Amino acid sequence: MVKKMERLKKLSIVTFVLLIALVSPALAVTSDQNAASIEEIKTTLTFMWLLLASGLVFFMHAGFSLVETGLTRSKNTANILMKNFMTVVLGILVYWAVGWGIMYGADAAGIIGTNQFFLAGADNATWNSWFFQMVFAATGATIVSGAMAERTNFKAYLVYCVMMVAVIYPIYGHWVWSGADMALLSGAGSPIVKAIGVASHDFAGSGVVHSIGGYSALAGVILVGARIGRFKNGKPVPIPGHNLTITFLGTLILALGWLGFNGGSTLNANDPYMNLVVVNTFLAAAAGALTVMIITWIKTGKPDPSLTANGLLGGLVAVTAPCGSISNWAALVIGLVAGIIIYVGVMFNENKLKLDDPVGAIAVHGYCGSWGLISVGLFSIGIGNGILADATYAAAVPGLFYGGGISLLLIQLISVLVTMVWGFGISYIIFKILDAVIGLRVSEEEEIIGLDISEHGIRAYPEYLMRED
Amino acid sequence: MTKMCKIEAIIKPMKLHEVKDALEEAGYPSLTVTDVKGRGQQKGIVQQWRGKKYCVDLLPKTKIEIAAPEDKIEEIMKIIQSSAYTGEIGDGKIFVVPIETVVRIRTGERDGDAL
Repeated sequence: MVKKMERLKKLSIVTFVLLIALVSPALAVTSDQNAASIEEIKTTLTFMWLLLASGLVFFMHAGFSLVETGLTRSKNTANILMKNFMTVVLGILVYWAVGWGIMYGADAAGIIGTNQFFLAGADNATWNSWFFQMVFAATGATIVSGAMAERTNFKAYLVYCVMMVAVIYPIYGHWVWSGADMALLSGAGSPIVKAIGVASHDFAGSGVVHSIGGYSALAGVILVGARIGRFKNGKPVPIPGHNLTITFLGTLILALGWLGFNGGSTLNANDPYMNLVVVNTFLAAAAGALTVMIITWIKTGKPDPSLTANGLLGGLVAVTAPCGSISNWAALVIGLVAGIIIYVGVMFNENKLKLDDPVGAIAVHGYCGSWGLISVGLFSIGIGNGILADATYAAAVPGLFYGGGISLLLIQLISVLVTMVWGFGISYIIFKILDAVIGLRVSEEEEIIGLDISEHGIRAYPEYLMRED
Repeated sequence: MTKMCKIEAIIKPMKLHEVKDALEEAGYPSLTVTDVKGRGQQKGIVQQWRGKKYCVDLLPKTKIEIAAPEDKIEEIMKIIQSSAYTGEIGDGKIFVVPIETVVRIRTGERDGDAL
């Protein structure tokens, strides 16, 4: 009885409060105040989403570490882990001191940013953007670490890593993402954009992050040379990695990270196409992996695990530029083609170019990154058309297959060319200088004993008996 | 005094449990097992890495060592042969070598008593 009374009392209080709220005009807010509150909530949502997305992208460094470790020999494990780890550490410090300013500082001639070094004058919004951009910046260098694994001087790599985050990545990033009117590849005032009539589009960085990293890796791989025993009389000899379990875990962590990489690149938690971006991302990933599995099965009689894992990454890299501008079907086609590029690219690098890229980084990030940029020019629906009726951040005009003619394809092709020239060219010069000053490659003796012992004085698996090779 | 022999059997690692159980069932529980690497006349096997074939020329094998009086050797060899058998290349080999002396460390017993 007493309990029943209690409940009734509570119910009447709730009813009273609700009635007051509904009928009292004194408590109402003006529509302007309402709109302001909604905007505030939207801004907060965006901050929260970008922090979460940044966390996912940060976690990709764990993915890269594991993929690279698993695809190489156990005697170089501590070295690869250290390289990936220090990439993040240096990335944070260098992108704070220099990288952000060069990428997003006040524009000079569409080429380079010139202020905001050490995040001078930053506010809440800047810190939020900086964190999201910072986790991207270090990725470029990490790509290179895998391609040059098992024979590169640790000290030389560290210096290169600083150059990547301070100069190589942010300068190209400025050309595409700075939003400056003159920005070389995307600003309305840029002579290139004026000549073609449309800005280049790279949603989350097939070009900015992956192609630059991939072609930089190409320069490094050429200059550092193949690992001892990788080619015998000009014929490639496989050097199996030591842990496929770790490679697959790393690959799946990278895919998870891509949720933040592409989803976060909406740069707006209220973007109506965020979910399209995510679905396209994972469709392309799956199509890439499936394609490579089928190709290797047909070609060798067995479905190859590590190449199939590369296939997933190839699909992800390719769809990174177009994911906000295309339909689901296009994402599947882009992933499928990325899968073909992975297989053909890895074999071409190995058999024809005689390049030793232990993890397939050049094919995954370089070639598939270029394909991603090109695919925007082919499959873009165009802002305001069809499913993209309300889009704000996508390729502006339709691509070749959607009746938009070749302008978009043309500027995307120019972007591909620029990533190759800049990513490969500047890295080639930097690696050349590093080779002369520090030495790019460890000695033969150090390479044979393994970089764990020769560079760090410890084996990653001190009690693990290894095959002598 | 009965002569003593040591059996050294090189077998497929996956067959170890079967061989061990069969020996135990027949009353020969004592043995020493070592992981070893080696190859026979086929010079290893072909595996695949990133779409390319390569030869693994030293394969992981398991070595079992058993010391026993000479009159038990034939039986033990038969048990090992039947339990380690798959019929495929790489089933392994059994070697028998004479033992000079045996000492049990705990008691100092020698030869037949020490086995």
